[in-house]
Amino acid sequence: MVQVDRQQWDVVVVGAGGAGLRAAIEARERGARTAVICKSLFGKAHTVMAEGGIAASMGNVNEGDNWQVHFRDTMRGGKFLNQWRMAELHAKEAPDRVWELETWGALFDRTPDGRISQRNFGGHEYPRLAHVGDRTGLELIRTLQQKIVQLQQEDFKEYGDHEARLKVFQECTVTRVLKEGPRVSGAFCYERESGRFFVLEAPAVVLATGGIGKSFKTTSNSWEYTGDGHALALLAGAPLLNMEFVQFHPTGMVWPPSVKGILVTESVRGDGGVLRNSEGKRFMFDYVPDVFKEKYAESEEEGDRWYEDPDHNRRPPELLPRDEVARAINSEVKAGRGSPHGGVFLDVSTRMPAERIRRRLPSMYHQFKELADVDITAEAMEVGPTCHYVMGGIAVDSDSAATVGVPGLFAAGEVAGGMHGSNRLGGNSLSDLLVFGRRAGLHAAGYAASAGRPAVSQAEIEAAAAEALAPFHADEGAENPYTLHQELQTTMNDLVGIIRRAGEMAEALERLAALRVRAARAGVEGHRQFNPGWHLALDLRNMLLVSECVARAALERTESRGGHTREDCPSMERDWRPVNLLCRPVDPAPADPAAGRIALVRTRTEPIRPDLLALFEKDELVKYLAEEELYE
Amino acid sequence: MTTYDARFRIWRGDTEGGELRDFTVEVHDGEVVLDIVHRLQATQVPDLAVRWNCKAGKCGSCSAEVNGRPRLMCMTRMSTFTREETISVTPLRAFPVIRDLVTDVSFNYRKAREVPAFVPPQGVAPGAYRMRQEDVERSQEFRKCIECFLCQDTCHVVRDHEENKPAFAGPRFLMRVAELDMHPLDAAQEAGLDRKRAAQEDHGLGLCNITKCCTEVCPEGIKITDNALIPLKERAVDRAYDPLVWLGNKIRRRTAP
Repeated sequence: MVQVDRQQWDVVVVGAGGAGLRAAIEARERGARTAVICKSLFGKAHTVMAEGGIAASMGNVNEGDNWQVHFRDTMRGGKFLNQWRMAELHAKEAPDRVWELETWGALFDRTPDGRISQRNFGGHEYPRLAHVGDRTGLELIRTLQQKIVQLQQEDFKEYGDHEARLKVFQECTVTRVLKEGPRVSGAFCYERESGRFFVLEAPAVVLATGGIGKSFKTTSNSWEYTGDGHALALLAGAPLLNMEFVQFHPTGMVWPPSVKGILVTESVRGDGGVLRNSEGKRFMFDYVPDVFKEKYAESEEEGDRWYEDPDHNRRPPELLPRDEVARAINSEVKAGRGSPHGGVFLDVSTRMPAERIRRRLPSMYHQFKELADVDITAEAMEVGPTCHYVMGGIAVDSDSAATVGVPGLFAAGEVAGGMHGSNRLGGNSLSDLLVFGRRAGLHAAGYAASAGRPAVSQAEIEAAAAEALAPFHADEGAENPYTLHQELQTTMNDLVGIIRRAGEMAEALERLAALRVRAARAGVEGHRQFNPGWHLALDLRNMLLVSECVARAALERTESRGGHTREDCPSMERDWRPVNLLCRPVDPAPADPAAGRIALVRTRTEPIRPDLLALFEKDELVKYLAEEELYE
Repeated sequence: MTTYDARFRIWRGDTEGGELRDFTVEVHDGEVVLDIVHRLQATQVPDLAVRWNCKAGKCGSCSAEVNGRPRLMCMTRMSTFTREETISVTPLRAFPVIRDLVTDVSFNYRKAREVPAFVPPQGVAPGAYRMRQEDVERSQEFRKCIECFLCQDTCHVVRDHEENKPAFAGPRFLMRVAELDMHPLDAAQEAGLDRKRAAQEDHGLGLCNITKCCTEVCPEGIKITDNALIPLKERAVDRAYDPLVWLGNKIRRRTAP
């Protein structure tokens, strides 16, 4: 019998990025004893990589801004597939979430009259992003981290123990959400340092694990982004939503190879940077789609005037939503007009004085100088699309962040689906983390207070322990987890990447099946203490599950929309607008590793509330909504 | 693309002890030390323990000592070494080893808890905070800190003096005190908390003798000594020696026979 340490908490938050920490703060402030568990050290989460800012319609720079305009921009960016109630809550609550950060010590850049400064970003009608240079994510994480420390200091005064009511289990990983019947009962975890297993018993678990980028070869995501929360939800029986929508950020570094994929912030374009091809042409003017024609400048002169006088000019097309820009870059490179290393040129050096570049974009200046030996104040950067964000995720209730069908399981942040529809606007991620992180913590604490304590069974612990230890018992000819990971990344990048075709996606599904068979034989050397080979072998299960979701859903959706572009179905189809694709786990899970694990279910989206529809012109709605929706 | 074989000496071991091991490993154009460590994991030593996250110098996870110097492995380009050189990679020396290149940095998290948090001003509603850009810039510089703890590792007050650790917060957390002290709206004073005195009495500011080692290793280029520690020392001294008292003393000394 496996003996593991068991601890009782009210709420367990999995993940310590923006959403996880905000959820934990809320749950603790509502009186729940809260445990946070994270794969890295406290304060290192991928949120630190967010550069541009937090979108919130505070109207500090342009008084015309309000939640309705922010809602409209978000729906347009997501091509109307967004779970509209989430987009509404997000737009309404984002300003309060930003102001609250100031009361916890955050120091945003200021306007001349001393308020929080806001910058322009792709797809946002007004300057809307609260920011700190280009390191906004770091400011967010540090502020939340320091707020948690402050709460722990309070608890120390009251109980003599910093961790009496809020504890961070750093460098620990959850491999299973545990259940009694349909209800959540806790989480099965291992500590990276010792390899020791432990169980956190809790009636409520909040998944806030971020994204899935590590399933792709070229990505801006860190090693942690292995789709853990997505997989934990599926394995617990909760479905995922719209997993075909994966955002390829248009501007990742392309050179040198070791940094390929690392992000070049959109602020470069928001602050005046332009995209050029090898012929020196600002090609984005050729790629403005019909639905956006009236909103974007038609000439370079008009686009350039917009930076100084946004009220009387239209914005330059470099600031189109990310999916549009990524596709345009892809097309230019394909047409043979790319840069030497297979990207295009992003130039600020001819657009503003060196001093201003260093002040406005300090980390970009630093990043290119240190990693690529390029001085962005003197020459253009080379950039190309990189896998950045997954819009799809765990299906949740808009108001409470509760998952579907698993009482006690909540999800917030990138791991949750719906909020961003088919494509996320820059800046809407950090605000999403705060708005829905708080809501998840609030509702998880409320649920935990009345749910009692479902029991954790020894049988479940035995099964989870056996699963986690399997890589140590691999037979002769065990597979190397690093090799499997690389093959998975190549498969997803090449066959389910930025431009998709039916035949390739079908092939991807076959390759994924073959990889699952091999992953069942993945073996590791050494012992359980801080063993990265073992950790990767366990993460492979999650990446393979999530990759299957992406490939299956992408094959099913026969149109192009936002972060899902099909060469064989190039146009956006209004009939697909009200359709969600749910990925459900095949139950019971098949014993044969080659058999598919995911079944797709089509569901209809809830009709958009009339007062929200009324925020748009009829002419615009006609471009998006299905015929029958217009009649309704 | 050019490729060559580089020689590495990497410390392997755990709490029981360990040793430097030699490896020969392929290097490609444009790579950094962390790429080489990853290649070693993928091809030769799958259980080589190393911390890393963003691989872009933003998270401060992959701290180690490269040829004896505290560095972020992701920001140490291979082109800065000659091809003949043997490159050593060892864990941070000021912290206890857990395994291979991974050290126990919990010292830093304990020190973080000893610094009293930001005190919000009474009666100022969220959204009503007004601060001038030039007033927030000083603290903003310190908030660029990615908590890689290289300054904590290199600071000679603790690097070879374990006995100083209980009384000394280290450059990172003395800088945190300075950051809060310079925050335009921090209301610590009103709440009866003297951050300058605390720096001196609770966080060991006096042990720092401004050799600037911390500033030299900071990957963010924060001027820790000049902009945080020295001003904090000056303010702490101002507090201990009130100018009127100082003047009074001086006059008395002069007039004394």
